[in-house]
Amino acid sequence: MGSGSSVNANYKYSLQKSENVQTLPDETHPAFKAAVLIQQWYRRYVARLEMRRRCTWRIFQSIEYACEQDQIKLHNFFSYLMDHFTPSSSKERDFISRMFISGESFKEAELEKYCDYESLEVPDSYTGPHLSFPLLPDHATALLEAFKHKQQLHARYLLNLLHETRKHLKQLPNISHVSTCYSEEITVCGDLHGQLDDLFLIFYKNGLPSPSKSYVFNGDFVDRGKQSLEILIVLFTFLLIYPKEVHLNRGNHEDHMVNLRYGFTKEVMQKYKVHGKKILKMIQNVFCWLPLATLIDQKVLIIHGGISDTTDLDMLEKIQRNKFVSVLRGKKRKESNRNVEIQELNGESKVEADPAGNEADPSFSLQPRPAQAPSVANRLEFSKWVRQTVQEQIEWCRQLVDISESEPEELTYSSVVSLTDLDEPCWTRQDEWKQILDILWSDPIPQEGCRVNTVRGGGCYFGPDVTGKILEKHNLQFLIRSHECKQEGYEFCHNRKVLTIFSASNYYEIGSNRGAYVKLGPDLIPHFVQYQANKMAHTLTMTQRISRVEESAFRALREKLFAHTSALIRAFKAYDKDNTGRITLSNWATAVESVLHLGLPWRMLRPQLVRSTEDGMLEYKSWLDDLAMEQRSQEHIQSSLLEVIYRNRSNLETIFRIIDRDHSGLISSEEFHQTWKLFSSHMNIELTDDGINDLVRSIDFNKDGNIDFNEFLEAFRLVKQSQ
Amino acid sequence: MSCNSSVNLSFSFLMFLFADGAVAEIEKKIIEAFEVFDHECNKTVDVREIGSIVRSLGCFPTEAELHELLAKVEEEEPTGHIHLEKFLPVMTKVVLDRRYRPIPEDVLLHAFEALDEHKCGYITKEELVKYLTKEGEPFTQEEMEDMLSTALDPETNSVHYRDYISMMIVDET
Repeated sequence: MGSGSSVNANYKYSLQKSENVQTLPDETHPAFKAAVLIQQWYRRYVARLEMRRRCTWRIFQSIEYACEQDQIKLHNFFSYLMDHFTPSSSKERDFISRMFISGESFKEAELEKYCDYESLEVPDSYTGPHLSFPLLPDHATALLEAFKHKQQLHARYLLNLLHETRKHLKQLPNISHVSTCYSEEITVCGDLHGQLDDLFLIFYKNGLPSPSKSYVFNGDFVDRGKQSLEILIVLFTFLLIYPKEVHLNRGNHEDHMVNLRYGFTKEVMQKYKVHGKKILKMIQNVFCWLPLATLIDQKVLIIHGGISDTTDLDMLEKIQRNKFVSVLRGKKRKESNRNVEIQELNGESKVEADPAGNEADPSFSLQPRPAQAPSVANRLEFSKWVRQTVQEQIEWCRQLVDISESEPEELTYSSVVSLTDLDEPCWTRQDEWKQILDILWSDPIPQEGCRVNTVRGGGCYFGPDVTGKILEKHNLQFLIRSHECKQEGYEFCHNRKVLTIFSASNYYEIGSNRGAYVKLGPDLIPHFVQYQANKMAHTLTMTQRISRVEESAFRALREKLFAHTSALIRAFKAYDKDNTGRITLSNWATAVESVLHLGLPWRMLRPQLVRSTEDGMLEYKSWLDDLAMEQRSQEHIQSSLLEVIYRNRSNLETIFRIIDRDHSGLISSEEFHQTWKLFSSHMNIELTDDGINDLVRSIDFNKDGNIDFNEFLEAFRLVKQSQ
Repeated sequence: MSCNSSVNLSFSFLMFLFADGAVAEIEKKIIEAFEVFDHECNKTVDVREIGSIVRSLGCFPTEAELHELLAKVEEEEPTGHIHLEKFLPVMTKVVLDRRYRPIPEDVLLHAFEALDEHKCGYITKEELVKYLTKEGEPFTQEEMEDMLSTALDPETNSVHYRDYISMMIVDET
């Protein structure tokens, strides 16, 4: 890829030849000179293309991971509120509890009753595939055909399938053991993320699962792509038909809290308007039963994310994995550890109330009454008051919080109570939760050591030494993991001891990357097959492919810049003490990084982001105005509000979906107000009631007091256009 | 450039004073470009990537010139990796000296015209392949195919170089 080679064998050879033979090629021959010139120029073009390609990649990755970090921060925020906040009215209490209680797992009988499918009738008009249990290979082929023709499986069959899948998964251990002596080869696939075309391509190239064709699917089947449900249906069907040959690992996206943000929840509700909620509840209870890892021949460990220095396979085997319905919410710990961990996991986000705890007046014993709210006209005063009230409430709660509340059955909020099962292990629920979090969220890095994965906000960064130790301890040869998109679909690291396999091609944009799968035979030597599931990608030239992806990346980056307009202005002003309105390009680069923290090569990206400069200086206000012009869709909303919305859009969407318990797409204006108040006080956003009212008015299209938040998000172009 | 040496000395002294900020900025840019290829985040890059790095900093070296540059930044015992601390001063000087200047559009045009024997405005695929894979600093087959994928007009099976150059120049900006 790219012709950056500095030692060109052909050239060396021809040079030698000319030295010895002295007949040709003649350096003074005009053709020789002309050729050198053209080659020189072309190689420079290709090198620039290569640089652009890599920068584009970096942009996508850094934005993707920053978003995941957002997710974790948001949930830390909720957890913290849950632990600390005492609502001052019953309405508030209901509201808060609704945010947290959604998603508990049902007891068996309740589940069967709630997600009953037998009463669902399949009408004669239904032309889709019919399933009967136990499933047979014909059912699988029928499903594949149906999905190729964009048909939808009837809710009854889907629910039935989910029930049977759950029954099957329950019998499986946490770590699946697979042997190569029963099948010639095992094929391992990585993230699919709802891209059904890639799954079809894999089956086309490699064959369907069968008694002689084993598969391991390493998590992240859903979210982002538009056919997550179809992928689940196909995978679960094959799982039930060939239980010995098909193995599924849980990924970090097999988690309903993550699905709220990344599109799977939405997809289900759109495709199954009547039964969507039931289906989601069932799926939640299937995800938590997915095995955590697969072991091939006791030599190759396959997990979705990675490992940490505390990963303990023995513990992993014994955990009751279904207790962790969502890996994002499994924490509750002793007071003393809380501050440290939250600050660690929150990174830069301000957990307003928490540090203030240290300065608390210990004589607080009565619930403080919120003081009279100051006039709403005074913005600053008002938001200070909001923040203060919340802070006071939280302060008061801190002293009353008692950890030893009895826990709901599914133990979403773990405690420092140790397990009481037969083996009487000496670890805590907390330890268990960390084991799973690390397996699903960690990433390998080149440097030695193990530290908290601050970019994603969950799991660890683990170095080659950590890999080495685990391989040695359990006598393994290497690890296979997924979780990170790779240009070529796969990549080795840690001296070929860790293999990343990623099966969603064109993940960021058409032409951005290939997908791949890996085959292992009894010799355990990996063989790779790469592909790209888009005809268009093949017909594009290298230049066109790179330009396309690049455009997409820069659009996303410009939006991010816009979302931080206020912070950027502050940063620029610091370099413009004389208030000339201009700064040097060098200072621009430094300032932008200090605000966005994306770790991007800004000086390399500058020509695409800053069009016009005057003698090396940038007029930053007009540059920011230009950025705003691109994003403006609602003229009457002040741009500072717009900026706030953009900066927090995925959090907003997630919150909406959590509040909207019946998945109707509607929340009341009051709920919206409350959400906004809570959220803005935590995120340190200064907005008045007026500002919020403006917003509500503009999005309450029917003026009936209800907000269709899908319309809201689309109106503000807060959701990605469908491609 | 024949100035007497004392003038040169004071001139470069002045340049040194003024250029200090500029040098820092050049260095930052070089480090950024370097880090894009530094996969292990340990301030080294694969020696085969040096060409891409140098070229993406605005330079148009020939393979021979690149070879020369490499000799200056390689370790005594070539390890296949180049360290930033060796690369940075050498590259900074390259940029300050404005070495490996860009090739202007008209010079490029003349080059293509030189290969166009009959001066008809295009070069056939066979001829272009012959020149670029046998003459000068020959292309590898991959490089040749890459260039043809954009340059070749499939209907005439030849490269209309004026159009090609105009298209490529636009892409550059």
